Amino acid sequence: MRRRKLAWGGADLVVLAWVAFPVWWIVALSFKDPSTITDGSFWPTKWTLQNYEGIFKTSQFLLALRNSIGIAVISTVVAVVFASLAAYAIARLRFPGKKVLIGVSLLIAMFPQISLVTPLFNIERVIGLFNTWGGLIIPYIAFGLPFAIYTLAAFFREIPWELEKAAKVDGATPMQAFVRVVAPLAAPGVATSAILVFVVTWNEFLLAISLTSTTASRTVPAALAFFTGASQFQNPIGSIAAAAVIITIPIVFFVLFFQRRIIAGLTSGAVKG
Amino acid sequence: MSDTLSLQAQPRVEAVRAPSRRRRLSEGARSERRLGWALCSPAAVIMLAVTAYPLAYAVYLSLERYDLRFPRQSHFVGYANYQAVLTSGFWWHDFLVTVVITAASVSIEFILGMVFALMMHRTIVGRNALRTAILIPYGIVTVVAAFSWQYAWTPATGYLAGLLPSSAAPLTNTWQAVGIIILAEVWKTTPFMALLLLAGLALVPNDLLNAAKMDGASAWQRFVRITLPLMKPAILVAVLFRTLDAFRIFDNIYILTQGAHGTGSVSILGYDNLFEALNLGIGSAISVLIFIAVGIIAFVMIRGFGTAVPGSENL
Repeated sequence: MRRRKLAWGGADLVVLAWVAFPVWWIVALSFKDPSTITDGSFWPTKWTLQNYEGIFKTSQFLLALRNSIGIAVISTVVAVVFASLAAYAIARLRFPGKKVLIGVSLLIAMFPQISLVTPLFNIERVIGLFNTWGGLIIPYIAFGLPFAIYTLAAFFREIPWELEKAAKVDGATPMQAFVRVVAPLAAPGVATSAILVFVVTWNEFLLAISLTSTTASRTVPAALAFFTGASQFQNPIGSIAAAAVIITIPIVFFVLFFQRRIIAGLTSGAVKG
Repeated sequence: MSDTLSLQAQPRVEAVRAPSRRRRLSEGARSERRLGWALCSPAAVIMLAVTAYPLAYAVYLSLERYDLRFPRQSHFVGYANYQAVLTSGFWWHDFLVTVVITAASVSIEFILGMVFALMMHRTIVGRNALRTAILIPYGIVTVVAAFSWQYAWTPATGYLAGLLPSSAAPLTNTWQAVGIIILAEVWKTTPFMALLLLAGLALVPNDLLNAAKMDGASAWQRFVRITLPLMKPAILVAVLFRTLDAFRIFDNIYILTQGAHGTGSVSILGYDNLFEALNLGIGSAISVLIFIAVGIIAFVMIRGFGTAVPGSENL
């Protein structure tokens, strides 16, 4: 038994090393002094916070961070609200076109985004959405919806809806039945789909570099690709690493605290029980 | 249909009640139907507005000569753009690179993902910590991980490059760079594969495995003869999702090599034609071709291997 435990523990450590290597490497770079940043050492030989101070001094990173947060939050909220409506209908109502809707959203989840970049770029230039928050938010909602509808429909199917009826029989108004009974039961599913949509949106790169051109709407992943460092003579590696670490923090937080929910959400659409 | 029925029924007095009841019933069904459509319409409208319309527009653009530097000279050219793309060595080279990356990363991920899934399923040490750790790459922004790999493999700066002979610069060699791109892709997306496989593993009944064990089946036999066949639906879905996803690879290549040294994928080629060459006609033709390729892959996998479309059965 002890031997088996040791073996499992060893295997766990190998996985941990595989997962941690690139994360640690970018963290290490972000703490390296500019004079030692190209020395290739695994541990920083000269620790510094200079890279972090640098990116917060210029507006380049702060504006991108503002765009990233604003665009991701708005897209997530709208996508989850729309997806909740659709998922409720899919889980609870009988109507023709249900399968078509599921099929279309599956198609969109697998859609090669590059196929849309050219036309979206041209359409957004014509109607004035190019390089605006809206120009990214609208496609992000569309690409967040399929996953959200999937996870929510799976969650909504599991909710014991008889409870709602029972509450009404016991004299609750429809509003009370919804607020006291249905909403608390649906909340975990809604939270899960919100996390998944947020992660997808926070990550998005192709549309972010194609449909923006200035700091007015460029998100952090896109801004990183155009980063020049605090001054143009400075090697941008330190700044990029520091910015990369900062945008990784919220995601690591989500993963640490909502691990169970993320797993449930990611697998709910794929398993047919 | 119900209208003509009620019209015919009108002269017969005793039949009047039946159509009216039918109408009352269908009134309920109809309002349910209306509510269903109303609830789905915001999602449906936005999804179609962002995909269907632009895709149709891309098809139209692909038949035009449309150069952003000379927008006034746009005119219809028929299949000329497709001909230009399909007879170009760049397209076929990048297509080959994309296929190699897709095939290699999906196969490696499948094996690694299966190992991770089995570990998450069976481990007796630190189960929760293991699950959290495996999930981390899923959350890390692709661009961030790509920068990390890029710096790690850059001569002098990088820790991994430091382990190689001093003259090596792997990111400037086509197939070595493709190897690093595959590594970055595998690292980032294995968690997704592992989770879908874990969900499949959970469906394998323990009794069956125990019974086989009693009958003297080895661990490997149990895995190949019982676990794998029972997991087939989950495996097919995971492989389908990841194949379609890997085929559109963009972020990792853009950061790691920018598609230089012949490492571009078809998505990189399409992007460059739009934003470097400013040629919307050619760019759109490439976009449409990628869409067709993805469609063919999906069709073959769903029809050929009997991959069930997830969610279609529990309606």
